[in-house]
Amino acid sequence: MTDASINFFDQELVLDRSGALYVKAHKVLVFSDLHFEKGSSFVRRGLTLPPYDSRKTLSRMDEVIARYKPTSIIALGDSFHDGQARERLDEQDAKAIAALTAACEFIWIIGNHDPHPPQDLGGSIADEVSLGRLVFRHEPARDAAPGEVIGHFHPCAAIRARGRHLRRPCFVTDGARLILPSFGAYTGGLNVLDNAYAEILSGPLSAFLLGRDGSFKMSQKKLLPDRPRAFAEANRPD
Amino acid sequence: MTSSVDALDVESAQVPSGTDLLPPAFQAWFEMQGWRPRAHQLELLALARQGHSSLLIAPTGGGKTLAGFLPTLTDLASRPPRKPGMAKTRIHTLYISPLKALAVDIARNLERPVSEMDLPITIETRTGDTPPSRRQRQRYNPPDILLTTPEQLALLLSHKSAGDMFRDLKFVVLDELHALVDSKRGELLSLGLARLSRLAPDLCRIGLSATVAHPQELRAFLLPQSHGEELHLAQLVQGAAGAIPQVTVLSSEEHIPWSGHSARHAAPEILNAIKGARIALIFVNTRSQAELIFQELWRLNEEGLAIALHHGSLSVEQRRKVESAMTRNELRAVVCTSTLDLGIDWGEVDLVINVGAPKGASRLLQRIGRANHRWDEPSRALLIPSNRFEVLECEAAREAAINNILDGNPLRRGGLDVLAQHVLGMACAEPFDIEELFLEVASAKPYHDLTRDTFQRVIEFVINGGYALRTYERFRRLAKTPEGKYRVAHPSVAQKYRLNVGTIVAAPLIKVRVVKQRPQKDGRPGKPLFRGGRYLGEVEEYFIDQMAPGDTFIFAGHLLRFEGLSETECYVTYAKGEEPKIPAFMGGKFPLSTYLSARVRAILADEKTWGALPPQITEWLSLQKWKSVLPGSDQMLVEVFPRGGRFYLVCYPFEGRLAHQSLGMLLTRRLERLGLHPLGFVANEYALSIWGLRDLSTVDMAQLFDEDMMGDDLEAWLAESSLMKRTFRDCAVIAGLIEQRFPGQEKTSRQMTISSDLLYDVLHEHEPDHILLQATWNDASAGLLDLGRLGDLLKRIKGHLLLKKLDQISPLAVPVMLEIGRVPIFGDANEAILKDAAEDLIAEAMHRD
Repeated sequence: MTDASINFFDQELVLDRSGALYVKAHKVLVFSDLHFEKGSSFVRRGLTLPPYDSRKTLSRMDEVIARYKPTSIIALGDSFHDGQARERLDEQDAKAIAALTAACEFIWIIGNHDPHPPQDLGGSIADEVSLGRLVFRHEPARDAAPGEVIGHFHPCAAIRARGRHLRRPCFVTDGARLILPSFGAYTGGLNVLDNAYAEILSGPLSAFLLGRDGSFKMSQKKLLPDRPRAFAEANRPD
Repeated sequence: MTSSVDALDVESAQVPSGTDLLPPAFQAWFEMQGWRPRAHQLELLALARQGHSSLLIAPTGGGKTLAGFLPTLTDLASRPPRKPGMAKTRIHTLYISPLKALAVDIARNLERPVSEMDLPITIETRTGDTPPSRRQRQRYNPPDILLTTPEQLALLLSHKSAGDMFRDLKFVVLDELHALVDSKRGELLSLGLARLSRLAPDLCRIGLSATVAHPQELRAFLLPQSHGEELHLAQLVQGAAGAIPQVTVLSSEEHIPWSGHSARHAAPEILNAIKGARIALIFVNTRSQAELIFQELWRLNEEGLAIALHHGSLSVEQRRKVESAMTRNELRAVVCTSTLDLGIDWGEVDLVINVGAPKGASRLLQRIGRANHRWDEPSRALLIPSNRFEVLECEAAREAAINNILDGNPLRRGGLDVLAQHVLGMACAEPFDIEELFLEVASAKPYHDLTRDTFQRVIEFVINGGYALRTYERFRRLAKTPEGKYRVAHPSVAQKYRLNVGTIVAAPLIKVRVVKQRPQKDGRPGKPLFRGGRYLGEVEEYFIDQMAPGDTFIFAGHLLRFEGLSETECYVTYAKGEEPKIPAFMGGKFPLSTYLSARVRAILADEKTWGALPPQITEWLSLQKWKSVLPGSDQMLVEVFPRGGRFYLVCYPFEGRLAHQSLGMLLTRRLERLGLHPLGFVANEYALSIWGLRDLSTVDMAQLFDEDMMGDDLEAWLAESSLMKRTFRDCAVIAGLIEQRFPGQEKTSRQMTISSDLLYDVLHEHEPDHILLQATWNDASAGLLDLGRLGDLLKRIKGHLLLKKLDQISPLAVPVMLEIGRVPIFGDANEAILKDAAEDLIAEAMHRD
């Protein structure tokens, strides 16, 4: 196992290859941006995407939970993609969530997508959680003290090695703040060199890219910016 | 420009008794031109008069287009003049071509007889370039003859007015049918034709085609079929065959390379051939090859012969410039890809040079036909092998061409993604009855053996995704009418359908723009510096992804230096020097045809046939025979040998790169399970090489190559195959599961979009039997994975494996071994790269200076 771990404000944190964060001393497992029922939200635009993303996310959570056996779990906000996600959630998946929240202490931190997480699935609801010098919240707070652990941004990083371009979800930190990658099955990512991070991360970044066999640390000078995708129709013959 | 209606040959025209088929005005017009109608033109006309659909097969320059339109023109000419107060007329004839440029060209050519005979006939085109106002007008006031593309037909048929618009349709003329049928566009067209025949039951379909290996399939395409019955075939009209072409394989004085596709060694000889011709078309298989040859020819071109470049990545303006220079006979040669395979007759081309592997006998004949200015004079063609194996392939193709042997695969079965799109289009037009629509769909040849059950699943997919998990129960794209028919549930569904119609999924492309200034140091473009440079064309996104600022590559005939990226463009400067750093060799997308594959194996096996080969090649093969062995034509040779601390297994299936890649994937899985830890593999068109750290010579080869690898190993591989995911993306876009993104829409943040790879993973895991995965599987096994071919190979070699254990590499193995390091290696490379990159970092961090 080569999952990176860092010492962050006196806490040893394991940056798991799955994108989950484990706080060793407190046996707390943190998942960010689960976005349950994101797939089915596209139906408003007339698109019926495969509706199995919640199930997939849950089975990935189960796998990580089995490895760490935490006593507490924090869902770091945006756990539900929108206000109607609960209604669209399949009964089997709802039961699976309820089972998770019943098995150990479970805290839903509220996010911008889910200001009112559903009440009937168990767990408690909070704006933020403190653990020693660490504060867990969804979005960065104005004038937050160092030691903030957040989600929201879905960080991704790109590198180029041996002629190949790799883009992976990642943890990213500037030493004062740590941002978790999104855990949900259908969630995309925002490159850590994007301007959106300019105000919340300062100084040299460390990114920890998620791979199949571990998470891998890269220094900022190794990271590449993104290029917005362009889809052209030059090849359309009509 | 040589229009498609002239250049008729008087001597060879046999005039049947049916000349009186032609109205006097037409006879007079033919005489005025100094022509007599050709036999096949009259035969087709006679059949059409009797209401028969027909397939006309004739070589280029054989007056094919005029033949296709004579039934229409004569019928319209005899129409009583329209009096004021009479109802408006509807469309009489539809012409459908694979290229919009061809539709425009044909419209121009038709105008001539129409105006010279003063016929009261209106002719219009309708393509993606037609302004919306005219498109709308065409729906309520249509021309007599409408020239269009399969996509536009689908759009017209999705309107409520379709029934009225096509009620009086008498003819559909399908041009270059051989090129249309073998694609998803052909499938879409077949479904459109099925609808047209329902709207106008007496509709007569006329197909125009180059010579093909399976004419009966095209004939079946031209008639409505009855589900579950034997195929009905349209009439066949055969034009006189053209003269036998003169085909030579270049026997180069230079050293023939062991591998690679640049054909750079032959550039001086190609230039000489250009000098000896009026106009030469130089066909290559890939865009990067076109770039290289073009570059190389100009490096040597001291006389400054007008040599141009034409391929699909160049900007439209640049291509049009070349095309018009061509029609004005200002060029001596054009280096081109398959963009010029079809259609428009370019000036006085008298030599076709085919660089690289011909891939198929029919494909080569069609290219050679482009030099067929006078159809009764032999075309001249020169084949340029770019490496040693290609010498064998060229020789096999040359034999086939002069003996007029055709190859080609049977037509594909209709795609379920295309069907889903069509079903939605039909619901937009009018409410449909599910049983009626099924019979209509099954009347199209590609869907002839569609089962009712599969059709039902497609319908359910269209309604709400068709998932076992009933998440979308309340959401429906189609609603039921009181009569139990299906209609679109909301106008926005129809709107969305119209935006996404078509079967060509655009690859992500990046515009290439030349700028003067160099960027700031960190490689990111300084914005003001990069505005408004010259636009060169577009390249695939994956290609740009490989590049770092400072890398050089060849594009649009220039050596370019990659400087940086912005929104949707990549910025380059002109670079100095000769060698591009990024070679960008990907093979062509067409695999070697089964026929040529068998011929190459036969040449290899039979020393008596080597007389036609250059001495370098016979020497190479003799050496192989001495050092290893030459396989018999029904055998597959497997060689194992150690080299540089590794052990190699090289096999020679000759089934094309795609099938070899699939084989490599499956074999490495098997070797892994046997505990032999293969490290990687590389494939080319002819061979496959696998290597590892353990001796592979004790492996039971019969077991290793057993057909059962198409079972579990395949299943496990498909779950993660990137080729499968790419195929899925196309199917998902065509079927309407996800939306094609067009320019101007790419602003959507990456956080919001869901990659189709994720959708594939989730669907594969949770609903592996979903109809869209079935569609993907069908496509991939015929396409990128070429599993059909692989399955045939495994059958063919069962009991025919020839194992040779060697102490060192064999002569035959050299070409594929040289590919190592030049082409991407498959396997867990990405994961390894990620680890290495991190290790580099550690080394970097630990280094003190």
